[in-house]
Amino acid sequence: MTPRETAIAIRGLRKAFGGQPVYSGFDLDVKRGDILGIFGPNGCGKSTLINMAAGLLPKDGGEILYDGREVSEIRVGYVFQNYREALFPWRRAADNIRYPLRRMGLPKAQVEARLTALAERFRVRFDLNRYPYELSGGQQQLVSIMRALAVEPEVLFLDEPFSALDFETTLALRDLLQRVLKDLGITTLLVSHDLEESIVLSDRLLMLTRRPTTVADDVPIVLPWPRAAAALASPDFMALKARCLDVFQRAVAA
Amino acid sequence: MRALVAPVAGAVGFVLLWQLAVWARIADPILLPPPAEAFAETWHAFAAGTLAHDTWRTVERTGLAFLIASAIGVPLGVALGAAERLYRGVEFVVDFFRSTPASALFPLFLILFGPGEGTKIAVAAFGAALVILFNAAYGVINARRTRVLAARIMGATAPRILVDVLIWEALPQILVGMRSGISLALVIVVVAEMFIGSTDGLGHRVINAQMLFESGLMYGVIFVAGALGYLLNLGFLLLEKRFVHWSGR
Repeated sequence: MTPRETAIAIRGLRKAFGGQPVYSGFDLDVKRGDILGIFGPNGCGKSTLINMAAGLLPKDGGEILYDGREVSEIRVGYVFQNYREALFPWRRAADNIRYPLRRMGLPKAQVEARLTALAERFRVRFDLNRYPYELSGGQQQLVSIMRALAVEPEVLFLDEPFSALDFETTLALRDLLQRVLKDLGITTLLVSHDLEESIVLSDRLLMLTRRPTTVADDVPIVLPWPRAAAALASPDFMALKARCLDVFQRAVAA
Repeated sequence: MRALVAPVAGAVGFVLLWQLAVWARIADPILLPPPAEAFAETWHAFAAGTLAHDTWRTVERTGLAFLIASAIGVPLGVALGAAERLYRGVEFVVDFFRSTPASALFPLFLILFGPGEGTKIAVAAFGAALVILFNAAYGVINARRTRVLAARIMGATAPRILVDVLIWEALPQILVGMRSGISLALVIVVVAEMFIGSTDGLGHRVINAQMLFESGLMYGVIFVAGALGYLLNLGFLLLEKRFVHWSGR
């Protein structure tokens, strides 16, 4: 990779919880525009990794740079697993999406323009003037995703974004999200505990081991975009899944 | 409409039981007059304007004490909740005085505020403020961590997080504190009206009626005080429903 192509560079990352090392000298480069899936056994530090990358959790050592800049110097979006606890229930859905734009200090006209554009891009058919608790789970998570993308982030973090949703909703939201992310070419870190989902949504899948965490495998996912539900049955997909499952089982057993 | 059937039946049953006790002569009629007599005497006291005045004075004192308590308790509670380590430092003192019977503080406040209006309102405000402060602080401390992180990642500074997230997160708990606070303020005000040189108020009226053997009126005033406490509580419940529309959903 040439430096210009590198969106995220992690060097010598260290993190320990209560004296137990999770990361001790972890390196990673992520290409601009790539969706990097992060998959591994429970407690291996998937969320820890993206929380440190997003600046939500302090790191013990090492550096995480975005084109040479710290996370505080770039625009980021973050979608939490639990949309119920991440959205502001005292604000209407539209005001939730406007919130980060107002924090950026954008003039009102531009805020409204972005809101309209997002609603079109995500083909929103429900009323954004409702309160989050008046929406279905899928609609709430869609609002969370729109809120994260409103600032036109340079990097997007997705922490198990679909794990609280039913299968049908997950499929629909997954289709919508991959289309938008590929249209916009946003560099994305996705943590998922669903292997199939990790493969479908990623350009590259990072398989992590148990603690202390290292990379068990780094799998390029060369499947054509968009990846509709039918792609789940393709031989290429099945082969990738078999390989990943094998790596995972060895990573857990090790 | 149907929701009213059970409470009305309960109230009617209570009055019936009372009447039965009178018929059965369980107690001296001077100590336990029939409900009709209590009602008539209370009605007369209202018609003469004196009981309305007493009720209003109690409402006024309770309201004033509550306003002072809220003005101190809410901001201080929120600030302490936001600085959790500081709150842990003062928690014991808050808990201690919250658990101290406010009536035990009357002598102290009499020295500080003199035997006039000041003491009644100050003791009630003190008791209510601690309850409100405690609830506001816990509301902020128990704010959902995810929401705070979400705000932070969207570029909110610490003061903005306080205004945009923490206060809203604490609002349900703050209103619970205010509801408990106003009930406590009423309790303290009525007691203070009985024993700290008063010339009006429900507490004064009830103890006067007792000393003058106006037992019908005494029961009536007790019920007026009860109705007052009940309505204050109900009002706050309605406020909570209206202003914390997202609570529990």
